[in-house]
Amino acid sequence: MTTVQLLEIAHARSGDKGDTANVGLIALNPANYPLLVKYVTAEKVKEHFRGICLGKVERFELPNLGALNFLLHQSLGGGGTLSLKTDAQGKTYAAALLKMKIQLSGGDKIAIS
Amino acid sequence: MKTVRVAAGQGFWGDWLEAPVHQVEKGPIDYLMMDYLAEVTMSIMMKQKLKNPDAGYARDFVPLMERILPTIMKRNIKVLANAGGVNPHACARAVRAVAEKLGLAGKLKIAVVSGDDICGRIGDFVSKGHSLNDMDSGAPISKIQNRIQSANVYFGAQPMVEALRQGAQIIITGRVTDTGLTLAPLIHEFGWSFEDWDKLATGTIAGHIIECGAQCSGGNCSADWQTIPDLARVGFPIIEAYDDGTFVVTKHEGTGGRVDLRTVKEQLVYEMGDPHAYITPDVIADFTTISLQQEGPNRVRVSGIKGRPKTPFLKVSVSYDYGFKAAGTLVYTWPDAVKKAKAGANILRTRLADLGLEFDEIVTEVVGLNSCWGPLTDIDSPDIPEVTMRVAVRAQEEAPVERFTKEIAPLVLTGPPSVTGFAGGRPAVQQIVAYWPALIPRELVQPKLDFI
Repeated sequence: MTTVQLLEIAHARSGDKGDTANVGLIALNPANYPLLVKYVTAEKVKEHFRGICLGKVERFELPNLGALNFLLHQSLGGGGTLSLKTDAQGKTYAAALLKMKIQLSGGDKIAIS
Repeated sequence: MKTVRVAAGQGFWGDWLEAPVHQVEKGPIDYLMMDYLAEVTMSIMMKQKLKNPDAGYARDFVPLMERILPTIMKRNIKVLANAGGVNPHACARAVRAVAEKLGLAGKLKIAVVSGDDICGRIGDFVSKGHSLNDMDSGAPISKIQNRIQSANVYFGAQPMVEALRQGAQIIITGRVTDTGLTLAPLIHEFGWSFEDWDKLATGTIAGHIIECGAQCSGGNCSADWQTIPDLARVGFPIIEAYDDGTFVVTKHEGTGGRVDLRTVKEQLVYEMGDPHAYITPDVIADFTTISLQQEGPNRVRVSGIKGRPKTPFLKVSVSYDYGFKAAGTLVYTWPDAVKKAKAGANILRTRLADLGLEFDEIVTEVVGLNSCWGPLTDIDSPDIPEVTMRVAVRAQEEAPVERFTKEIAPLVLTGPPSVTGFAGGRPAVQQIVAYWPALIPRELVQPKLDFI
């Protein structure tokens, strides 16, 4: 079984909308987008952000950009001006997601860019 | 083929002041758009206007216009900016005064878009059955009605298109959408219909790509950031639009930064919700239809965009008094820096409790360890050289927050050792202005266009 950190195969950017953070996760090589779809599920992301994301995680697919968009609800300490967090806008959550590791199974292979 | 170049000059109020100057001087552009308004900016401006009836707009805009006016008039570059905040007429008068000083006022036509301020009409709307529910929580606005500081509708491109049709050189607006500042010139130049949803979606996504300035041309890019050249002289983005409904994202020759598929994709997903439905006052744009192609160095072609009819609503941004907050910090060093910071915070919390102070929330962070990612990185090691203890509090009343600010410095002599970083004095108490997003039927509010 191969373990891959998302940093090796993806890049990302995050932002805020009220108390919801969004993280866009983009395959560095579009050929690896199916791996993101298969392994980086909403459940896995919710587990990864335990203690930070207190609400649900929604996932949207953008195959045209080789990207997934995650909405992490209740993740910013109330959001906007209310939040007491240093990162009240979730600007660093993109990097936090890139820290996540996935374990490839069976015949799944990483395309080298 | 007809080409129209729309350049981004500011991605927010406080962005790099040299960027708009470079945009008008370092190569060809037809329009300069500048986005100044964040959600809470309007309430700050409202407070300024209450103290001074001539204030309440982005003051930086006026000296900037003084710098670039001679160039934009010589080269006939049109400027669109939502710098007007809650007082766009005063902003326009200040720009005109600057133009007179430069001897350029005679030929200058400044348009003002207003009508977005509905603060005085909220009671009327509520009594007519428009509950202006919070889009996130669903709560009715009556809950906060006596604490409202500002309320503004987001207008789209339409009033700015009308201003361009009437020959405006500079358009100063109150609350219009960031994307409308880019879409309006494209509608005007290409004669797009206000019901050509694919074209409106194309111009809207062009606007989304450049509305945060250099964030699509190499700034804040997580892909290969160390290889992005010369960010010190980063080129802000330019949309080069064509009448076939496609556009290219680029930047001026000789500037720093990078425009490629990765930098553009990162900006596309920034602050994204449901990618199938990016809703603006002008159109619903579908981000899953975007097609990107690198067609040369620092040139990304965008095509294939689909849109759907606009909704019957406009978004309203209401700001209201929420309470008070403050954050205090101290620096602790090796050995056991993290243990010391956590112990310091616990002593502080105990003292706040002993004083009987009540807070809605108290947050402890160890900067250098867990302030951004909480439990994801909360791994103590005695060898960490230094960390910052950060404790923040929030309350409805000012008094407990005020008292909190006096409890940080005493820790230096009464808590864990090897502590510093208190020279800045007591932290300031900040008044919290919260944000209430709502929807209103669009026919209830009409934009107003004047020339100054």
